[in-house]
This record gives sequence, C-alpha cells and structure tokens, in this order.
Amino acid sequence: MNELTKVETTLKDWETDQEVRWCPGCGDYAILKAVQRTLPQLGADPANTCFISGIGCSSRFPYYIESYGFHTIHGRAPAFATGVKLANPDLDVWLVTGDGDGLSIGGNHLMHVLRRNVNMQIMLFNNEIYGLTKGQYSPTSRENTRSPSTPLGSVDHPTNPCAFALGAGARFVARGFDVSKNLPDVLKAAHAHKGAAFIEIFQNCIVYNKDVFDDFAAPKGAEDRQLWLTHGEPMLFGNQKTGEIKGLKLDAANFRFEVVDVVDGDWQAAGVQVHDATNRMLAHMLVELPFGPFPMPLGVIYDDPAPTYESAVMAEKARASEGKDTSLAKLLAKGQSWTVE
Amino acid sequence: MATQAADKPALKTEGTAPDAVVVRFAGDSGDGMQLTGGQFTLSTALAGNDLATFPDFPAEIRAPQGTLFGVSAFQINFGSREINTAGDAPDVLVAMNPAALKVNLDALKPGGLIIADTGEFTKRNLDKAKYDSNPLEDGSLAKWDLLAFDISALTIEAVKDFGLGNKDALRSKNMWTLGLALWMFDRDRQPIIDWLKSKFRNKPEIADANIAALNAGHAYGETAELSGPLRQVQVAPLPAEPGLYRTITGAEAVSLGLVAGAQLAGLPMFFGGYPITPASAILHHLARLKEFGVTTFQAEDEIAAICSAIGASYAGQLGVTSSSGPGIALKGEAMGLAVMTELPLVIVNSQRGGPSTGLPTKTEQSDLYQAVYGRNGDAPIPVISASSPGDVFECAIEACRIAVEYMTPVMLLTDGYIANAAEPWKVPDPDSFAPFKVEFLTEKNNGDQLLPYKRDENGKRPWIKPGTPGLMHRIGGIEKQEGTGNIDYSPENHQAMTDARKDKIDGISVPDQQVTVGNDSGKLLVVGWGSTFGPIRRAVSNCRARGLDVSHTHFRHIWPLPANSGELLRRFDKVLVPEMNTGQFKTVLRDQLLVDAQPYTKTSGQPFKIAELEAAIEEALK
Ligand code: SF4
Repeated sequence: MNELTKVETTLKDWETDQEVRWCPGCGDYAILKAVQRTLPQLGADPANTCFISGIGCSSRFPYYIESYGFHTIHGRAPAFATGVKLANPDLDVWLVTGDGDGLSIGGNHLMHVLRRNVNMQIMLFNNEIYGLTKGQYSPTSRENTRSPSTPLGSVDHPTNPCAFALGAGARFVARGFDVSKNLPDVLKAAHAHKGAAFIEIFQNCIVYNKDVFDDFAAPKGAEDRQLWLTHGEPMLFGNQKTGEIKGLKLDAANFRFEVVDVVDGDWQAAGVQVHDATNRMLAHMLVELPFGPFPMPLGVIYDDPAPTYESAVMAEKARASEGKDTSLAKLLAKGQSWTVE
Repeated sequence: MATQAADKPALKTEGTAPDAVVVRFAGDSGDGMQLTGGQFTLSTALAGNDLATFPDFPAEIRAPQGTLFGVSAFQINFGSREINTAGDAPDVLVAMNPAALKVNLDALKPGGLIIADTGEFTKRNLDKAKYDSNPLEDGSLAKWDLLAFDISALTIEAVKDFGLGNKDALRSKNMWTLGLALWMFDRDRQPIIDWLKSKFRNKPEIADANIAALNAGHAYGETAELSGPLRQVQVAPLPAEPGLYRTITGAEAVSLGLVAGAQLAGLPMFFGGYPITPASAILHHLARLKEFGVTTFQAEDEIAAICSAIGASYAGQLGVTSSSGPGIALKGEAMGLAVMTELPLVIVNSQRGGPSTGLPTKTEQSDLYQAVYGRNGDAPIPVISASSPGDVFECAIEACRIAVEYMTPVMLLTDGYIANAAEPWKVPDPDSFAPFKVEFLTEKNNGDQLLPYKRDENGKRPWIKPGTPGLMHRIGGIEKQEGTGNIDYSPENHQAMTDARKDKIDGISVPDQQVTVGNDSGKLLVVGWGSTFGPIRRAVSNCRARGLDVSHTHFRHIWPLPANSGELLRRFDKVLVPEMNTGQFKTVLRDQLLVDAQPYTKTSGQPFKIAELEAAIEEALK
C-alpha cells in the first residue's frame, strides 16, 4: 500500500479501449471485473498504478486496465517489477502471473521477490493448466492430469502455491477464486499490506481445464467446502440456514486440525480455533490442510508485515551518501595519482 | 618509434638504459602475485614510465598448492617509450616455486633473468611440478641467468621479531620479493609502505611484518649487487602530455564511464548484476558509488539482472546490466524485449574464452556474433567495443549516449584482458564531454491523443515514465502497432515496425573510421577491434619502421559500422583482420562491406604477441 492521495474513479475509468481476448466464459473476465471494481474503492490513481505481467493467458491482464502496464517475458515479471520499484518506490505495482509463468519458468523469480519483500500485490491466477499454449499440464495440475503432453496422465506431484509462497518467506498469503464475491475484499487486504502480498486466485479455464475447482467453488454446497478466514474470528463453515455449523479445532497433542460440530452456535464450547493472521505456524498448517476431509481455506491466511526491500535499499543508499563528495572530477582522480608537468 | 630486438633481454644492454623491460611475477595462487604485481605497477606508474600489464590467474580460487594449474602470474611491460602491450616475452621471471618456473619458463627470453626461491624447491614441490630433478641444480637453465636463493628463509628471518608463526611469516614472501624488485628498478618504497599501513590498519603487527619484509628484500639487493647477475637498472620516465594521471583497470574505467554517462544524461543509474568472472568487478565498483545516484542490485540470476535493469529504465532511470559470455546468452530474450519496447539499456559484456563455461579467467573476443546477431527475431542493437582499459571510459559514455538518444539497448564489449589489465590514464575533465540530457514526455504528443510509438527524426520514440498524469499506456513484447503501441499482428504493421527498428539502428550517427597508424591507402590494412589494439599498433609500427607498407585501423563501432568503412577498406590492396576468435569480425566486414577481409586468428586465451602479428603482416605482404 502506498500512502498517496486518494483519487476518485469509477469502474469505467479502469477500462481500456482494447478488445478483451480471453475465451468467452474464461474466469479471467471475472477477475478483471473484480480488480476494476476494487481499484476505485482503494482510491487508486491510474497514473500511479502499474500492472506488470509475464506471459500466458493471465498475463494479458495489463492491456485491459487503464493504467501503466508492462507485458514482459515468460516468468520474469517479478524481476522487472523489482527494478521498477527500486527506481520508483512510489508506484503502486500489481503483478499478474499464472501457475506456469510464476511457478514453472518463473519459480526462481517468484521466490526471490517474496523473500526480498518488495512492496507489490502479486496475483497468481491458478488454473492448473497451460492455456495459451493449448492445454499442457502445469506445475499445479493434479496427478494423473490428461493433457496433450501427458496423454496417459501426468505422474508428477503438483506444487502448492501458497505453501511455496510461505516457504519463500512471504509476509502476506491469501486465496480467492475468480467468481467469488469476496475477491475484492481479499484484493483490498493485499493492497493494505506493505510488502509483497501473494494472492492465489483459482481461475476456471473453461477450455482446457473446465470446472476443475468445482469441488469447492461451485455454488451448490459451497458453505461446507469453503472456509473463509477472518483475523480474530473463529474458523467456522457450514450452512447458516440449516444451522449445521462446523469448525476447525486444533488437536494440539498431534499438531493437526480436526473438524468439530458447533452446537447452538457455541463455537467456544466446541473448541474452535480463532484465526490469527499473524501466526506463521498457523498459516503453514492452513495452507497444507488437505482438501476433502477439510474445507478449502480462503481469504487472508497470513498477514504480518515486515520492512520492505526497497525501503531498506533507499535507507542504505541515503546513509552511504551522507556527507559524501559527489564531484565527478574528484571521483575520476581518486586513488594514487601523479602529475606530469 | 623505437623498436626493440625481440630476442635481446633488456637487462643485457650494457652501459645503456633499456627503453622497456618486461617482468613476470609467478607463484602459487596463494602467494599474492596479483597483489605484488599491482603494487609494482603503481610504483612504476609513479616513476613516470609508460606501462601495460597482464594478470594471468587460474579459475580456481585456491587451487591445490604447488600444482601446475595453480600458478598465478602477473606480467608488466614498462618503459621510457610508448608501451602498447604487456610484452611478448619477459626479461625477468620471478618464480616463487617449481610449478611457477615450469609454467612460465618457455616465455622467458634467452639470456633473461630467473629469480627463484630455493626454499620452495623441495622434493615435494618438485614432484608436484613434475620435475625429475631440481632445475636450479641440474644445469637445465644454462641459457638463462639464474639467481636462486632462499627467499622463504630470508623472509622468516626478516619478520622474526614480530612473533608470527612460520605460516604467517611466509605470507610476507611476496613483499620481500617486491622489495627486491623495487630495488632492481630503483623505485620508491614509500607509497607501498603507506598502502600496507592503510590496508592493515587494524592489524599493525601484520603491516609491520610486511614492511620489514619489503625493506629486507630491498636491502638484499643493495648488498648482493657486487656479485652475480643482479644489478640495478634505470628505466627513464616517458615524457607524457602534462596533466593528472592515475592507473586504471578496465573494470574501474567502465564503472566510472557509466557514472559519467548517467550524469551526462541527467539520470540516476540502476545496475542489475549477477556474479560472474570477469565481470563482477564492475558490480563491486558501482556498489561503492551510491552517492552518485547509483543503485546496484545483485539479482538472483543473469536474467533477473537484465530484467530488473529494463524495469528501472521503464520507470525512468538509466538501466545497466553486465556479464560475460554465458550470462549474456541468458539475457538474450530480455534484450529482445528491450528492442521491442524500445527502452534504453546498456549491456556490458566482459568477454572470456568460450563456448559454455570455457575459460573464465582467460581472454577472448568470441562473443562478437552473439553481440551482433545473438537474439531471436530481427533484433538489431548497437555494439561498441573498447580497445584498452582507458578507452572503456569513453566507450561507456558513448554507450549511454546512444542508449538514451535512440531509446535502444546498447552492447558494450570489453574482455577479460581489458577488465583486469591496468594502464596509466590521463584523468579526463568531466566537463569536456557534451551532455545529452534526457527529456521525458510529460503531455500528449498528438493533439489530445498519446502515441507512445510516435518517432522523431532519429526514429526514436518518447520515453514516458509511469507516474506521469494522463499518459497511461501499455507496452510489451507483442508486436506493437505503429504509433499507438497497441497489440497488432497484421502483416503490414509487422513489416513496418521491423523496418522502423532496423532503420533506427542503421541510422545511428557514429564518427567516421580513421587510420590509427600509417596511411589512408596502400598495400595492407590491418583491421582490429577491442583489446588487440596494443599488439596490432606495436606490430604495425614496427613493420612500418622496417619500411613495410602497412597501416592500422581500429574499430570502436562494430554495429552499425561507420559510414566510410567500406570506402576506407577498399583503398588498400589487402585487408587483414587479427582477432582472438575464429574470424567473427572478418565475417561482419565481408557481409556488410563486401571486401575480401582475410582472418588472422588466435584462441589460446592469451593476447596476441607482437612477433606473431609482425610475422602475419610480413606473410600477407609477400
Ligand atoms: S485458454 Fe483458458 S485461461 Fe486461457 S483464455 Fe481461454 S479459458 Fe481463459
């Protein structure tokens, strides 16, 4: 987040004149709208906002946002964004990447931008497939994914984007999905966080990996399968109307969670855990929670700011420059010199 | 210009002072030979001699002691005349152990002087150097003068009062040797003493021990003078153009040139780098110049290094990245993006022996194809090459100028030799360079419309900083529509944009090519580029002194070539192109100018010898 003067805009102000070229029905449309809806709420200034992306379906994103945009090369967006932030820390940078771009070819850069804690919002659109290259399996595809490059099913284990981010040292980790009404809130929390804010956004590639997230994203039965986390609130899910509410309880002796029933809304009696977004150990447990026996944790999983990389670089530069002579002539003549008469 | 018989040792010119002397210090990589050489260079520069140096060290940081591949050497050529190279063959070889003797002996002039430390010629070290018998005793060194004595024991004796263990005491051996060398050439010890005091200011006992060793070596020369081959030699100073001088290495000069270039452009500089031999020294130098508006960023890899620099340029700073061959290969795709998005960027390539990891610490000029052609698509970028450590300074400024005046990435080629070698450098006046101040676009440039790809008369597009109100736009690696920069795959547009990118680079104004030595026409023109400048200039001068019709021209601008290049080359019957590769510039010249340029190539990781070039010139003139 940048403490800058807020500017009044509407959703329309963030639309470009460019024709949007995603497949009809692609989840990217919903994410684009969510972002365009969020930016006015943040008071963001289009002139001071910069969207930077790599390569892939998700990375076309900057062309459709009326701000500064840089569509770079495959996997390297974090490196470009780091240079941008070091050159001008005041710019509000949004990074757009995908599971192939960010975790395969660009895994190294994603790791380092997170570990350095460069202040920006990093949106990783996870559709568990390579869309733009026509459907090969990706590093987040589940085992046995059939694709043009794995006609008999993939055999390698997928990576978990949020666990990767935490492992790399991220200080903000959140999850949302394309059509979720809560996505703007997640984006706002990410923007409010000073430092690298990592958001995994499950995105439906309707052409090559249709409805692969329906297990938890489909509206029907969603209450039982989505655990929306709020800092300071109990970890509850289930059907409010029917009153069938469940919660997560920490089984401390075995260091794992268990699902418990909440009777008459008395979650305390049921021993339900309260979410603490600043607890890193808790975050590790949440991102590793196996889906199926447990619901999918969504929302802000971890949010514990630390000094940003660019502020440290600027401070060091200021310290090192203090009181130093900046005469180029003197610099050139530095060291042991001699004069010829 | 004075010439010197190549086979006659300088120290044997009885009665007269030699006009140049070549000394090579060789020892184990742990013996501190580079430091010894560096300090000897400084004292030589302060004595007013012209000089050139050649550090030659192994790629391993601590190669096993005493082995042949662990030998580190530093050669210096200095004189009372103009010095163009580090010298073909040493007059004096200082060998700190058997391996150093074995590796370097072949180069020594017959009749030259060997100074050897007998204390290191033990059975164990002789075995490691694969000597069957001790060369100091078996008569195999008869064609040279030999001065063998126990430098190790003398050093231990000299520092015994400082309470150091044997191992630490022996670390001062290089200073003892330097003391002797300073005596031989009648040099002032004080600057070295000052340097030792400042280097070891937190360890005064180490400083004192080193100074004692230095003094002892010097005193040894004084007392041993009466007998044997050791005698003092005076090399007169070279009258030079008045002014302030210092010694400079290529790595220092490129760093200073970039700082100067950024200032002339009126921009802060962003340097993205990744450690690689021999380019890291640039990152190290710039990291200490923060007060000059320099931000250095050690990226996670070569790709991130260039991408961060492009990001910084996009945000309005002067982005710079540097590497050597293998790292440059990794940066190729990002260079293409800088071409496509037309953002300024300087890429410094300190070339080394290739392909692959190749010879990390040895010099070569084999990245010229990579520089000129090494990207996907039609992605022309200007290429500039520096001819000496001092020349890099101006080349770096020139690279910055072209980058911002044409909104393009620029490749600056140096090599391992230039990066590490030192030469006396007349400190330039920064005000003598014309500024090329950058102006960013601040308002719409086509009525009420913004055209990020509207070109000026040079074909340059405007530079627009994110953060500028009202000029929001998108750029990227997909083909851009003329003017708007929006995505456009149409056939006519791609044709037009490819042409525009090519025309812009072809149209860069570079100075006409001049003849460096000799005439504007004649029988033979020797065409060089890069660090071969010294040896070519010397060889051509020597041949001309013998009456041969040969001239020398040296290219700074490799791409685009100066407009008069073809006409110049065609005025000669023959064109010979010596290069430390298999003939890459020759190919470019043939292709661009349709002249019958003939190659003369060498890829041994060592610079050309003057004698080799003279022979090649004579052969070409037959
Ligand atoms: S391929 Fe998939 S991800 Fe790409 S635009 Fe089409 S639906 Fe969206």
